[in-house]
Amino acid sequence: MRAFVRASLEADLGADVDEAKSGFEALRMLPREAWGLVVVDVNMPDINGLELISFLRKSERHRNTPVILISTEASARDQQRGLELGADAFLAKPFAPEALSALAKGILSRGEAGQ
Amino acid sequence: MSELREEFLAEAQEIVEALSRDLLLLDQAHKDGTSTQDLINEVFRGVHTLKGIAGMFGYVRLGEVAHALEDLLDALRLGRREVSIGLLDALFEGVEVFQRLLVESPESPSSEVDLPAFLSRLASSESPGKRDAPDELAAYALDESVLAVLTEYEEHRLRTNVSKGMGLFRLRVRFSLMTIDTQLEDLKTRAKSVAEIITYLPSASGGDGDAIELDVVLASSAPFERLEEILGGDGAVLERVGRRPSRAPELAAPRPAARAQSTEHPAVILPPARPTSAPPAPSPTPRDVPAPRKELTADQLALRSVAHTVRVDIRKLDHLMNVVGELAIVRSAVTRLTEKLRGRPELRQLAIDLHRVNRGFERHLEELQDGILDVRMVPLGQTFDRLARIVRQLAREHDKEVQLVVSGAETEIDKLIVEELSDPLMHLIRNAIDHGIETPKRRELAGKPAMGTLVLNAYQKGNHVVIEIEDDGAGMNPQVIIETAISRGLVSEEAAAELSRDEALQLIFLPGFSTSAQVTDLSGRGVGMDVVKTNIARLGGVIDLHSELATGTKLTITLPVTLAIMSALLVRVGSREYALPITAVQEAIAFEERRVRNVEGREVLTLRGSTLPIARLDHLFRLPPAGAAKRFLVVASVGQKRAGLVVDALEGQQDIVIKPLGKSLSKVRGFAGATDLGDQRVALVLDAPGLLDEILAHERVLGEARR
Repeated sequence: MRAFVRASLEADLGADVDEAKSGFEALRMLPREAWGLVVVDVNMPDINGLELISFLRKSERHRNTPVILISTEASARDQQRGLELGADAFLAKPFAPEALSALAKGILSRGEAGQ
Repeated sequence: MSELREEFLAEAQEIVEALSRDLLLLDQAHKDGTSTQDLINEVFRGVHTLKGIAGMFGYVRLGEVAHALEDLLDALRLGRREVSIGLLDALFEGVEVFQRLLVESPESPSSEVDLPAFLSRLASSESPGKRDAPDELAAYALDESVLAVLTEYEEHRLRTNVSKGMGLFRLRVRFSLMTIDTQLEDLKTRAKSVAEIITYLPSASGGDGDAIELDVVLASSAPFERLEEILGGDGAVLERVGRRPSRAPELAAPRPAARAQSTEHPAVILPPARPTSAPPAPSPTPRDVPAPRKELTADQLALRSVAHTVRVDIRKLDHLMNVVGELAIVRSAVTRLTEKLRGRPELRQLAIDLHRVNRGFERHLEELQDGILDVRMVPLGQTFDRLARIVRQLAREHDKEVQLVVSGAETEIDKLIVEELSDPLMHLIRNAIDHGIETPKRRELAGKPAMGTLVLNAYQKGNHVVIEIEDDGAGMNPQVIIETAISRGLVSEEAAAELSRDEALQLIFLPGFSTSAQVTDLSGRGVGMDVVKTNIARLGGVIDLHSELATGTKLTITLPVTLAIMSALLVRVGSREYALPITAVQEAIAFEERRVRNVEGREVLTLRGSTLPIARLDHLFRLPPAGAAKRFLVVASVGQKRAGLVVDALEGQQDIVIKPLGKSLSKVRGFAGATDLGDQRVALVLDAPGLLDEILAHERVLGEARR
């Protein structure tokens, strides 16, 4: 899944993608990195996606970083909750690579327009 | 693209195999009444991943099935449904369907899989599941901020633990960002025996420094002091999550709008039909209690093992092996040249030096060869798992009770052999359940336990791997077999009368033999034991059969560890050289014409007290006799079969790489292929199992193969 997300973002957006294998690995990267967009899965090893979003929103550095939450469509509750916690968008798996890149493009361009 | 697809298929195949394994464990756990949670999670994750990658590679039908199964499994893991036999059946069938769908190309779906039918069966297998007990979670003084970030699954586990009367605890730990992995592993290990970790919450204060504070939510039945003893230390602070005063009947606190700070973000993009600007609605779902997350360890292990593993197409290894084979030929050539040099006194020193260099080369080449062979080896366990699934399914279909006892699953064998082994093994297993093991009623009448036992055992024996399939069923009746063989015209009555008991049993390996009066869907797939035998022989193996009436049947398959390269004894017959796989050579001795006796038209001699049929290869191959004064007898044996081959000379032992004979000669029996011996010499490689069969059947079919 990670490789898929990465490929989609790299190919369609020309983005420079960092990848974390688990919630913790993401946490470790947080202090050092500043991203234009974060894509997070609800079900990750260790720290779940909801927790990570909550954490991002509480951190100075990443408070405003757009977040796309991905998960299975089965978990409507998780997606609802992710949005409540501050995710900018939700994408249900499985999705086409174009869906993710289009969504990412939309979010990023709105972010620029708003500045 | 096709490379990507191959990678997908390899990965998908791995997942499906793991699924199959886990489902069997789940089945067992369900029977034993032990905890199924971890296994359900494991299966869920497998199906989930499969769905993901199927979507990416355009395997729509596969994706659909995965999706349907995922829903089912999700309901299971969230406690909305419970494990039942019917549900397990559906899951097992799902794995079967996966396997069939993996074979088809996504562009041209095969009609073999009736997907709508399966999906509707799946849907109908769904029954109203159990519902969680009334919300006990609310009684606990857990912060709203904690509850807000739990996934549905975590909530469910939390709830399950609370309803079991477990205590809830929070452990506050501080981990350095650099060492968080090891510290976390350590914590998990320590917690494992006493508590279930529900979730890890990174605390709001950390995150921008070098360390992070985590709130670990745990459920445990252990007393506070014991937990503190195990989990405390290193600045970790444990506290019990107390019950609220009874007035708090539900989690009524409004969820804080966690996104309050980020209102400057202009837009929220949501999937269609979900207005983004709407204030967060309180979740309609009642709160579940999340449970510990032992699964995470497994996840991490999987991630780690992936990082150290490379998936390689077996053909690439074949190619490497071929190159090694060519190098071995070069080495032999150098050895011969060195020998020639030695004969010339003025070049003696050069010969000695060359010899030394060549020895070094030989050593490294052997290492290289062993290394490649080692990479090709896979444990038989994968195949056994697949068989275990079939055993379960067949036993259910036939209303038989069968327990499968597997041992030696770790025995390794060449990947190519494993691939080819599935079908024959499957057939033998089908036979054992279909014809071997009796119905529980009949077994009880015979004074046997109602549950039949099927033993699958593997072990390595020298350069061979032995696989045994043994059942404690009805056994085979030689009389019935003989009658059947006669009625099918496979053997004459006179010949049959002379057959020993063991020889009679061997009749089942004849083409056209099938004992089953009525062809069942189990064994009667148009494949007989002759095909099994041929397939195994093609792998350089043999199959032996032992059966006792009323006691059971045991089939023993002996296979070479690898096909890629083999050590062979080179023999000369007339002016030609032949290679005989060394694995089939028992010994080679001087041949003494005077010891040959003629018994019933067959030449034999007595070797250390036992009678050995012999075959003169020059006769057999219709070569002009060489008239050598001194000849040799090579005692060849494969499985239980033994015969002496009379040859004119022994030329030594050499590692050979077999090249197939090509289409036009592929039907010639008795030869496995040809090999290049270096020095522009080519030898035919004798197919020991085939050759022995021909000799022992005292036919002379091989004459056709004369060259």
